[in-house]
Amino acid sequence: MRRGTHVALTIIFALFGFMLAMQFRSRPEVTGPLQYQRSEELAILLKRTEEERDKLREEVSVLRDQLADTKSVEDQVRGLQEELAKTMILAGMTEVRGPGISLILSDSTAPSQVGQDPNLFVVHDKDLLEVVNEVFAAGAEAVSVNGQRIVATTEITCAGNVIMINGVRQAPPFKILAIGDPATLEGGLKMRGGLIDNLTFWKLEVKLNTEEDITIPAYAGPLSFKYAKPVKKEAK
Amino acid sequence: MWYLLAGLLAGVLVGLNLPWKVPAILARYMAVGILAGVDTSLGGLRASLEGEFDIVIFATGFFGNVLLSAGFVYVGDMLGIELYLAAVVALGVRVFNNMGRIRRLLLRDASSGKEGASQGK
Repeated sequence: MRRGTHVALTIIFALFGFMLAMQFRSRPEVTGPLQYQRSEELAILLKRTEEERDKLREEVSVLRDQLADTKSVEDQVRGLQEELAKTMILAGMTEVRGPGISLILSDSTAPSQVGQDPNLFVVHDKDLLEVVNEVFAAGAEAVSVNGQRIVATTEITCAGNVIMINGVRQAPPFKILAIGDPATLEGGLKMRGGLIDNLTFWKLEVKLNTEEDITIPAYAGPLSFKYAKPVKKEAK
Repeated sequence: MWYLLAGLLAGVLVGLNLPWKVPAILARYMAVGILAGVDTSLGGLRASLEGEFDIVIFATGFFGNVLLSAGFVYVGDMLGIELYLAAVVALGVRVFNNMGRIRRLLLRDASSGKEGASQGK
């Protein structure tokens, strides 16, 4: 053989050896007869594992949703309880105590003069309404009249010679209790030209005291609503 | 023959000592290429035993087969079928054929040589 042939063959075989070596080095990671044999087996295993993974993933998402639900339910319950407590006070469903004022209002003891209308010297439903209105205006948070809690549906109305409050007949003297800032409540009632001025003008007996700690009972009347139905808010 | 083994050894040493490896994607191309190289080498050996060895045919056969089999792998990848199996089977069959021919040639030489030695014809 010629010399060029030797060189060419040597080069080709060197290249061949190089390829073999390179392939040998990369074989264990990538390819090899064992892996070819097992590839199907491994594919099945992979598929199974993937199915299992998908199932577990679904389970995780379901559990996560449940957890979120539970958490939000707890939060909602806590929030609702707080709101409920506030609403109960506002609605007069709980007995409350705190600083405030007491006002005792009774009919005039002044001897009636001839020719004067005796109606002007007794406590009317309107007088009580004005007092209640005034103390609420002065920031009262809870008000009762003769133990009747004033709530949203409370009526103060004249029924013959008695006054009905919460459907219960009341007679003088009327004891009005209001929880709030005592000074403000007192000031609101004692305003010059205000309620007490007006009432004493007719010689009605008014005793106003600021109290450090009074207790106002809960509303005891019926709680059924026959006609009013709440309007559901549209979900956002 | 020593220079062939020397070349092979040199290539192996270079390949083993290079810092970088064959990328995973190219490993299959390389594997089929090596098979083609084995086939061509055996073909060359057979040809030389038959006395028909030609370096041009050998060189073109070596590179042509390597590139063709790598091309099979590539086309198979493109088409999504395992076309490289066709190259592997074809080359494998050829390797066996060449081995068979070489074996016969060697055995015939050996037996004729033995006969010549023993019987002195």
